[in-house]
Amino acid sequence: MGSLNFIGASVKRKEDYRFLTGGGQYTDDVAPERATYAVFVRSPHAHARIRKVDTAKAAKAAGVLAVYTGEDVAKAGINGLPCGWLITDVNGQPMKEPPYPVLAQGKARYVGDRVAVVIAETYNQAKDAAEQVEVDYEVLPAVTDTASARKKGAPAVHDIAPDNTCYVWALGDKAKVDEAFKAAAHVTKLEFVNNRLIPNAIEPRSAIGAYSRADDSYTLYVASQNPHVERLLMTAFVLGLPEHKVRVVAPDVGGGFGSKIYLYGEDVVVTWASKQLNRPVKWTAERVESFMSDAHGRDHVTTAELALDKDGKFLAMRVHTTANLGAYLSTFASCIPTILYATLLAGQYTTPQIYCEVTAVFTNTAPVDAYRGAGRPEATYVVERLVETAARETKIDPAEIRRRNFIRSFPYQTPVALLYDTGNYEATLDAAMKLGDVAGFAKRKEEAAKRGRLRGLGYSCYIEACGIAPSNVAGALGARAGLFEAGEVRVHPTGKVTVFTGSHSHGQGHETTFAQVVASRLGIPVEDVDIVHGDTSKILFGMGTYGSRSLAVGGTAIVKAVDKVIAKGKKIAAHLMEAAEADVEFADGVFKVSGTDKQVPFAQIALTAYVPHNYPLDKLEPGLNENAFYDPTNFTFPAGSYVCEVEVDPDTGKTTIESFVAVDDFGKVINPMIVAGQVHGGLTQGIGQALLEGCRYDPETGQLVTGTMSDYCLPRAGDVPSFKLDTRETPCTHNPLGVKGCGEAGAIGAPAALMNAITDAVGVRDVPMPATAETVWRALASKKAA
Amino acid sequence: MPVKVSMTVNGKPVAAEVEERTLLVTFIRENLRLTGTHVGCDTAQCGACTIHMNGNAVKACNMLAMQAEGADILTIEGVAAADGTLHPMQEAFREHHALQCGFCTPGMVMSAIDLVKRHPKPTEAVVRAELDGNFCRCTGYHNIVKAILDAAPKVAAMR
Ligand code: FES
Ligand code: FES
Repeated sequence: MGSLNFIGASVKRKEDYRFLTGGGQYTDDVAPERATYAVFVRSPHAHARIRKVDTAKAAKAAGVLAVYTGEDVAKAGINGLPCGWLITDVNGQPMKEPPYPVLAQGKARYVGDRVAVVIAETYNQAKDAAEQVEVDYEVLPAVTDTASARKKGAPAVHDIAPDNTCYVWALGDKAKVDEAFKAAAHVTKLEFVNNRLIPNAIEPRSAIGAYSRADDSYTLYVASQNPHVERLLMTAFVLGLPEHKVRVVAPDVGGGFGSKIYLYGEDVVVTWASKQLNRPVKWTAERVESFMSDAHGRDHVTTAELALDKDGKFLAMRVHTTANLGAYLSTFASCIPTILYATLLAGQYTTPQIYCEVTAVFTNTAPVDAYRGAGRPEATYVVERLVETAARETKIDPAEIRRRNFIRSFPYQTPVALLYDTGNYEATLDAAMKLGDVAGFAKRKEEAAKRGRLRGLGYSCYIEACGIAPSNVAGALGARAGLFEAGEVRVHPTGKVTVFTGSHSHGQGHETTFAQVVASRLGIPVEDVDIVHGDTSKILFGMGTYGSRSLAVGGTAIVKAVDKVIAKGKKIAAHLMEAAEADVEFADGVFKVSGTDKQVPFAQIALTAYVPHNYPLDKLEPGLNENAFYDPTNFTFPAGSYVCEVEVDPDTGKTTIESFVAVDDFGKVINPMIVAGQVHGGLTQGIGQALLEGCRYDPETGQLVTGTMSDYCLPRAGDVPSFKLDTRETPCTHNPLGVKGCGEAGAIGAPAALMNAITDAVGVRDVPMPATAETVWRALASKKAA
Repeated sequence: MPVKVSMTVNGKPVAAEVEERTLLVTFIRENLRLTGTHVGCDTAQCGACTIHMNGNAVKACNMLAMQAEGADILTIEGVAAADGTLHPMQEAFREHHALQCGFCTPGMVMSAIDLVKRHPKPTEAVVRAELDGNFCRCTGYHNIVKAILDAAPKVAAMR
């Protein structure tokens, strides 16, 4: 047998056939027998006291089986949804944790808040009856705007936080930073908003609860990125059900981007109601519900300052951010603008002192939590907008100022808690400048000017921290969960392999990438390996997929299990070949006795393990099936350099992206085709943030103004260019695959590159995101007026 | 009032009694259990529900089942050959990694086949403009555009 090494090969995806032929199975495609349908009644007001919910009419409507309100779930003893991360504030006090009920209790706190649920024989009957639920609201003044939440007189979203402050948290040595600023030759200061985004995974959230009286057990089908976490939170904290009696299945999931990490009230309600009705209860969101009730992302208001010496060396950074958490604390909301934000402010640079203060506020808006990048895009935006602006102000070339400050020796301890294991920032910058032909930019700008166009170029050199870990450090920082991953490698008697992983694929192609990893390690064809994910009844445990952790953490757990398989295989091989175990080596799918021509193929070892006739039964169990858990010792640190070139039409303000170059260092790449796809998607979401997307609530009424696909502008094919990509490989030093993660990079790096290019083209310090034609046109107009 | 609807779907005659307000996409998904046609929005803006009706791409969420009375409907389940061999457009999507989560994919493929029928030799600009009605949150369109450009001559050669 030749070498079967698939690492670095663009193997076509194993999952594609079913998706291309309509064979995918998403939650809404699951059709249990005797299913009933749930429709939620949602608050039309941003803030209102619920005086009365009259369900009498709805309950009598055709086909209706039940109507439940906040009172019913309270009576049933259903708890609120927990938050998975405790942040301790600057005074050592725990963050404010108001209850997050599955159905509103007494008050509705954002437009879309769940007030009641109607369950009927058909979807249409439930929908019709939901309109007959009469809610008597006393409308209260609302606050939706991040910057206004703490203003005097702002209405309090929760009684336990009268000033709408969840916490004030800080990282870094403030005194030293202030001192460094006093000594600075130059200070660059920017104030900006990191615009609020609505994730819009194309598959709407969906959940089906199904109770079985036969064995007193529940099955929940749900569009989730982490079925085990969902089960743990729901059983242990909310419903108080025995965990082993609840199976959570996250089948094919149509994209997540963070929004399907969280435990949502709808999931709990359908699970609980399925027992009340003794029938399956199905709910699928309409797109308008996705807009108003999926957890949103970003929404920071920031003042950022960078202190430099006369040579353009960074001396210190000072950042004050107000972060909007929405009306309730979603599952990981509290750690996004803190642990995943402030710690990234060193970027790729040696800035010796950094101080960041974060004030997290409640508002009458949908909960805000992780959205692709989660804190890291916000941090990169701060760092890279500051750096580019500082370069312009000090008249140092923006690439040069970055080079003067790059971290060059590793491991590197940043002043904001992270320890970078490895990196080579110059390499990606060099490659990006070459690929983007930065040398030819001046000429292109001149040529564009002749056509009446303003051409600009912007850089963004991002860093990201993936695979948040280790569990004990995270625990010390407030995490209420572990951050390991689990995997199981089941070798069948014929030598074929099924792998069970706690990671979850909702577009990332794990069925292929993970199979490549396992096949390469075992020296067998990729077709001989199947990957199973997304079902708590099959997989031993899992923390799921978010934060670009799957390959670095989940993949490593699988590798560890494979290595246990190989270790056991060696014992069996030693027995078969009558050799010492220490003399048996394994390579290319064959166990060999070193220095001899004795060998046994992997498949024969597998068969021997299950037909243990000639087998050391006194010393070794039969079978070939191994588990592993992996808890990383550190984050991984992907990094890269993006160069974006735009043209702005001064008459209309419209921006077109002329070129977008992304050179990323994800460490070892297993499947370059899949990695490139992840970058394309990330870049497009980053471009969406910079150019098109922005969630708006009406400041007076608190209504969600951008509540449909016609009001919230999502990137379409015509809004983005074809991308120019390349990679550099600096393998991660602390996992066996040398991988770092690639899922979020594009969304993290793109906005700053684009906004640096636009501000360069227009010749102003700042343009707010999204830089729509109108916004850019206004920036040009006020420049002219000045 | 229930009404009777009948049409041909993927070459087979089908008929059912449905509520008047039943959308064509609901009829396809719920009555016929052809769940490859997806629903991503309520406003005819995402294209996940795209099918062919009498040879033209339409959004099945934007019309009533009644409006398809007597029509010839093709859904994603009917695109590959009877033996399971992928249509060249499907094959190009696979080849170029033009899908990630797969949810937009059936609608994209249906739109892409229609696009190439109308523009047998499309440019990148034409493909991007024509895809305006199909939203994909995962791929950034880069590989979808590549796949369609690559498949165009092969699809044209089929006729
Ligand atoms: S579901 Fe038909 S266009 Fe979105
Ligand atoms: S592949 Fe996920 S939306 Fe297109």
